[in-house]
Amino acid sequence: MSERIVVDPITRIEGHLRIEAQMDGVNIAQAWSSGTMVRGIETILQGRDPRDAWAFAQRICGVCTLVHGLAAVRSVEDALAIELPTNAQLIRNLMIGAQYVHDHVMHFYHLHALDWVDVVSALSADPKATSTLAQSISGWSKSSPGYFSDTQKRLKGFIESGQLGIFANGYWGHPAYKLPPEANLMAFAHYLEALAWQRDAARLQAIFGGKNPHPNFVVGGVACPIDLNSDSAINAKKLAEVQSVIASMRQFVDQVYVPDTLAIAGFYPDWFQRGEGLGNFMCYGDLPATGSADPATFLFPRGVILNRDLTTIHEVDLHDDTQIQEFVSHAWYDYKGGKDTGLHPYQGETRLDYDGRGGVKPPYQQLDVTDGYTWLKAPRWKGHAVEVGPLARVLMLYAQGHAQTKELVDMTLTTLKLEQRALFSTLGRTAARTLESKIVVDAMQGWYDALVANIKAGDGRTFNETLWDPATWPREARGAGFMEAPRGALGHWIVIKDGRIDNYQAVVPSTWNAGPRDPSNQPGAYEAALADNHQLADVKQPLEILRTIHSFDPCIACAVHLVDPVTGERIEVKVV
Amino acid sequence: MRVFEKNPLEKGLAERLREHGVSRRGFLKFCAATASMMALPPAMIPAIAAALERARRPSVIWLSFQECTGCTESLTRSHAPTVEDLILDLISLDYHHTLQAAAGEAAEAAREQAMRDNHGQYLLIVDGSLPGPDANPGYSTIAGVSNYSMLMEAVEGAAAVIAVGTCAAFGGLPAAAPNPTGAVSVMDLVKDKPVVNVSGCPPVPMVITGVLAHFLTFGRLPELDEYHRPLAFFGQSIHDRCYRRPFYDKGLFAETFDDAGARAGWCLYRLGCKGPSTYNACATMRWNAGTSWPIEAGHPCLGCAEPRFWDAGGFYVPLSVPTGPASDYLLAAGAVGAVAGAVVATKARGRAKEEAAVRQPVTVEELEQKL
Repeated sequence: MSERIVVDPITRIEGHLRIEAQMDGVNIAQAWSSGTMVRGIETILQGRDPRDAWAFAQRICGVCTLVHGLAAVRSVEDALAIELPTNAQLIRNLMIGAQYVHDHVMHFYHLHALDWVDVVSALSADPKATSTLAQSISGWSKSSPGYFSDTQKRLKGFIESGQLGIFANGYWGHPAYKLPPEANLMAFAHYLEALAWQRDAARLQAIFGGKNPHPNFVVGGVACPIDLNSDSAINAKKLAEVQSVIASMRQFVDQVYVPDTLAIAGFYPDWFQRGEGLGNFMCYGDLPATGSADPATFLFPRGVILNRDLTTIHEVDLHDDTQIQEFVSHAWYDYKGGKDTGLHPYQGETRLDYDGRGGVKPPYQQLDVTDGYTWLKAPRWKGHAVEVGPLARVLMLYAQGHAQTKELVDMTLTTLKLEQRALFSTLGRTAARTLESKIVVDAMQGWYDALVANIKAGDGRTFNETLWDPATWPREARGAGFMEAPRGALGHWIVIKDGRIDNYQAVVPSTWNAGPRDPSNQPGAYEAALADNHQLADVKQPLEILRTIHSFDPCIACAVHLVDPVTGERIEVKVV
Repeated sequence: MRVFEKNPLEKGLAERLREHGVSRRGFLKFCAATASMMALPPAMIPAIAAALERARRPSVIWLSFQECTGCTESLTRSHAPTVEDLILDLISLDYHHTLQAAAGEAAEAAREQAMRDNHGQYLLIVDGSLPGPDANPGYSTIAGVSNYSMLMEAVEGAAAVIAVGTCAAFGGLPAAAPNPTGAVSVMDLVKDKPVVNVSGCPPVPMVITGVLAHFLTFGRLPELDEYHRPLAFFGQSIHDRCYRRPFYDKGLFAETFDDAGARAGWCLYRLGCKGPSTYNACATMRWNAGTSWPIEAGHPCLGCAEPRFWDAGGFYVPLSVPTGPASDYLLAAGAVGAVAGAVVATKARGRAKEEAAVRQPVTVEELEQKL
């Protein structure tokens, strides 16, 4: 007997995602991933000033709030061959690093934790035993019996109020929850602590970018000047604040996030045996050590791994139009050359065609998965579906022998008594996110030290003015702005003509991961992961689907974008 | 679920806070923060405390449509009240995609239950624009239902609607030219319920929670400007409250990023600052627990709290001032700073829509030549 399970909305993510799963008994036989909201930001970008593009692109997503702004700025800098002052590169690295750690911690505690942590079970925990547990895994100071007793009291009062708010209708008591009450109480306490901690962590982007979410950027550098003798620039006081935020981030990662991940994962060993379906991984690489964008200096390397073979790293070229292509055979778009063709982002085109490409008239119960079923396109690298994100990066670092990564991965596998193949799984992905947070937060201290040393040596430059004026630009230029966003490889491709945007395409991490099937019916990463060894204990409470989907940290507003020049028609935007 | 010894609905907020381990002192500190945030005298604190003690946690249903989740992220950055105090002690956040535990059918059931139990009383918060009734409903759906249907169904039983962020308030980015999905604002659709617009891309964190605190404390909505924005937060222009204003008045401007003027903190008008035509609380409340704000960090204001700011000219193009009959007055009015500042501010106030069509760039140099 086969049954179609629908989960819509998938909550605790960014954006609007729907999952349909075809059951074969208790097993998921096939799954379909659908992004159900579109805005058309790439169309809106047509005809605008390329220096303004970052602000528009940044609003693709407010969770990974920095990444699209930065990718947009880098696309213009790549097109015009603008070199960055070293300080600007280091400040950007610090902002990227802060984004990683902030994003990953919030994902773990506020988006993913409730898949593993039964909040109601925390009511029956013994605060004293909770304290013993907490102190056995970490030196974090908030660990006394009184602290956990107060937290439990607060939770009890909340639940007894009868207004359960965001915790209403959770799958509490589901048989797949395995943590003892004490671990649940500890995790709930850290859920609340992480909410407070992230407010402090967000301050780093405010210091350099004016605010968070949506900090400011500028093509050619950063907007904040450095002047140790000014009360209105980056000075010793601001730098001290940055140092204090970095220290607080490192402490939280070391003493809370890493130990919690290991402790919780220890109760779910079977989730290291399912949930990685493609076996292919891709990174664009990022975090340059100097002002130049030379991939050789990147902290995160570039490359592709196929069929889980860590011995061979394939090269990626973002400008080669035979490598990265997007397909729309199962999306609600049309291509001039037919729905089965693939287009490189420079030639990218997109026409919304919900009714013509299989969209079911709302309100609907089920998608028509034989035709278009999502607002996400299906990107492919040389025809391969690939996974991007923390697992891809950690595997790439591991494959290249990065010492800290090797040490962290081996420590994790030893602690949890797992073999290397356990990395290719739902919890392997979640653990990779934690481990790379540790790598990044440690690197932040290095970038901070380098920034201070550079200023001390007399270099205060933060902006390269030479190509600011569009009158200095060539008539036509095109460029690819890329980065490793927290959720994975991100690319923005821009075509500039006469000082205006002629075409703009973003191919983002969640498009790679959450995208649909392609013309040869290869599933995307979510779809393949759900088809990998998933049984549902209760089809009415599909907790298992949430676990694997959340392990990717979906960002669906990012993944849906689009549109294009279609007939060469340009949208004229009046600029006053 | 437990059996209640006492009907929880009859318990006041302070009593609940005490049960939840929050001290009387902590409660009064919150009241004081609320008072100071809304610029009320300390004598008001007992009244606020009394009002809060009587309050039941009001049900809040938060709908997310064509959005980027930046507004929710901003909410979590509020430091008084904090998001954890808000959701545990002050409101009952009964539906919120990003934060709620339940998914799929269970999530939709929670929303329907809250709408039934609190009919006529719940606060509806919306972030994101939505495809209008004439647009293809397939452009944005949740649980197979179009955003338009879901909004109208939820509005029916709402006490009031708060549109959080410029997309919900004014259409925002999705509605920027050429508006590919026929996106509209909440105010475009909701005519029979009070609508409060908390604009900004995203709004200042404390402004989101400040509006909620006002509602919780006084049981009614704050006074609004002509764009339905609370005067307490949107009553003054960025320019009038900017700490760099004295440099504008003296005619001292940064000419580019990282020049001597930029380093010294001079005015960013010539780099395209939209402070004179933007009404928001950034300059007074600042961002991220008072850490900084865009102009302090060296970037001109984008004008993100204003309607149609995406289509109001380039972000690095010096602000235009209106032409037409007002021009003579403008050019006769005196010193450069006072002229551009006062006139731009007056004109922008509530009349941006009409003026947008006749704007042309007026740089400080041009003004100087004409004076």
